[in-house]
Amino acid sequence: MEVEITLRVDGTDHRIAIDPRTTLLDLLRERLGTYSPKKGCDLGQCGACTILLDGRRVNSCLALAVAHDGAEIVTAEGLSANGELHPMQQAFIEHDGFQCGYCTPGQVVSAVGMLQEVEAGWPSHVTADVAAEEMSLTDEEIRERMSGNLCRCGAYVNIVPAIRQAAEESGRL
Amino acid sequence: MKPFRYARAEDEAAAVATLSGEPHGAFLAGGTNLVDLMKLGVVEPDVLVDVRRLTSETIEEMPDGGLRIGAAVTNSDLAADRRVRSRYPVLAEALLSGASGQLRNVATVGGNLLQRTRCVYFYDTTTPCNKRQPGSGCSAIGGYTRYHAILGASEACIATHPSDMAVALAALDATVVVLGPDGERSIPLVDFHRLPGDEPERDTVLSHGDLITAVDVPPLPFAERSRYYKVRDRASYAFALVSVAAALDIADGIVRDARIAFGGVAHKPWRATRAEASLRDAPAAEDAFLRAADEELAGAQPLPGNRFKVPLLRNTLTLVLRELAQGDTR
Repeated sequence: MEVEITLRVDGTDHRIAIDPRTTLLDLLRERLGTYSPKKGCDLGQCGACTILLDGRRVNSCLALAVAHDGAEIVTAEGLSANGELHPMQQAFIEHDGFQCGYCTPGQVVSAVGMLQEVEAGWPSHVTADVAAEEMSLTDEEIRERMSGNLCRCGAYVNIVPAIRQAAEESGRL
Repeated sequence: MKPFRYARAEDEAAAVATLSGEPHGAFLAGGTNLVDLMKLGVVEPDVLVDVRRLTSETIEEMPDGGLRIGAAVTNSDLAADRRVRSRYPVLAEALLSGASGQLRNVATVGGNLLQRTRCVYFYDTTTPCNKRQPGSGCSAIGGYTRYHAILGASEACIATHPSDMAVALAALDATVVVLGPDGERSIPLVDFHRLPGDEPERDTVLSHGDLITAVDVPPLPFAERSRYYKVRDRASYAFALVSVAAALDIADGIVRDARIAFGGVAHKPWRATRAEASLRDAPAAEDAFLRAADEELAGAQPLPGNRFKVPLLRNTLTLVLRELAQGDTR
């Protein structure tokens, strides 16, 4: 039985009837033609499908669309404004933070969400003292916080500096 | 994925009533484990009752100085909470050592407790598994056992519970608040998960229709110096081979009290009561730590593929206790 939901995707409102089995990833790609979230593992292990869901980075492959009626979604396509690349996208280009590019939209969205988490003061597994007020976004912190995004080409050595540059530009480092 | 109906309810009680009338239904919260299992055909509910927006998303101060954590609080929000980070660092560290940033943003406290084992045979529907299909046999025994139990296992099942959070909560004497068809009750976290015995299909003591509404963490002043140490096959985003949650209360070089729990080694978070008893009133020193580890691990029954876990856990526990005793919580 189909269920009707509404979603705002990259600034555009949609009302759409879906099978309850539909994940946000399949809805975005198969129904709305939003192809930047990629289907890698489809099991929440690779991060290629990462989107911002109501402001937070999540794996869209594990989110049932029916459970997110009324949600606001931002994909890599929706990060840019007025034809200008988002600073994170620009930084990935400048640092050659990819090879085949399949994981890149998920990496970029995840990095944007990750920097918001840092700004909110969230600690990570490698934060020396979780109770500390202050933290610094070291390369070790970037690697740990981005561990949910796999890159099978192994572009990590360029992804980390790209994220560091975007963080510096936004004053978050 | 097998078709299912999607249902919402007015409130928690209505959700319990709805699921109680659906013998093959399941509650849906964050869905990070359930949707995964449904895609692979490991579980096939015919109705999902969505409780994510029904149960509490707040962390409340309790009159006794503890915290009540709503079942829908995400792993991210719980780990970021200032009170948790300062009073119960072991809990924040456990949460932050689990899953990925994306998953922690969705996974809830209630769902974390109810996640299923990551035993590869449980996930592989082409192999026998007593947990997935009672009576079909255990493929892990005699198979790949690197991630399997060394404590409390049975001939029916050697799976481990995958949660990091629950290990910290076991050490902290947390209780699980459950709403069932007959009303509300509290279950100590150490009694919430089961050992497999001859019913490995039952992970917990819950009955069908029971809904976790909150987790209570009592005050424990010495937990301000506590920690969670996880050993795994890669630096991040992997399940534990072994893990230790511990807090020590030391005065004048003597251990006054201890809280210790293990992860990755049993069908449930393993509260190390023998090690705790061994440490009480003992000097906070290396030989006492080793003795405590040995007393707890005397009952270990490792398999050919996971014998390494016994010395690994012994060393990990000793390391954590040494660090806590030295006041070096990192």
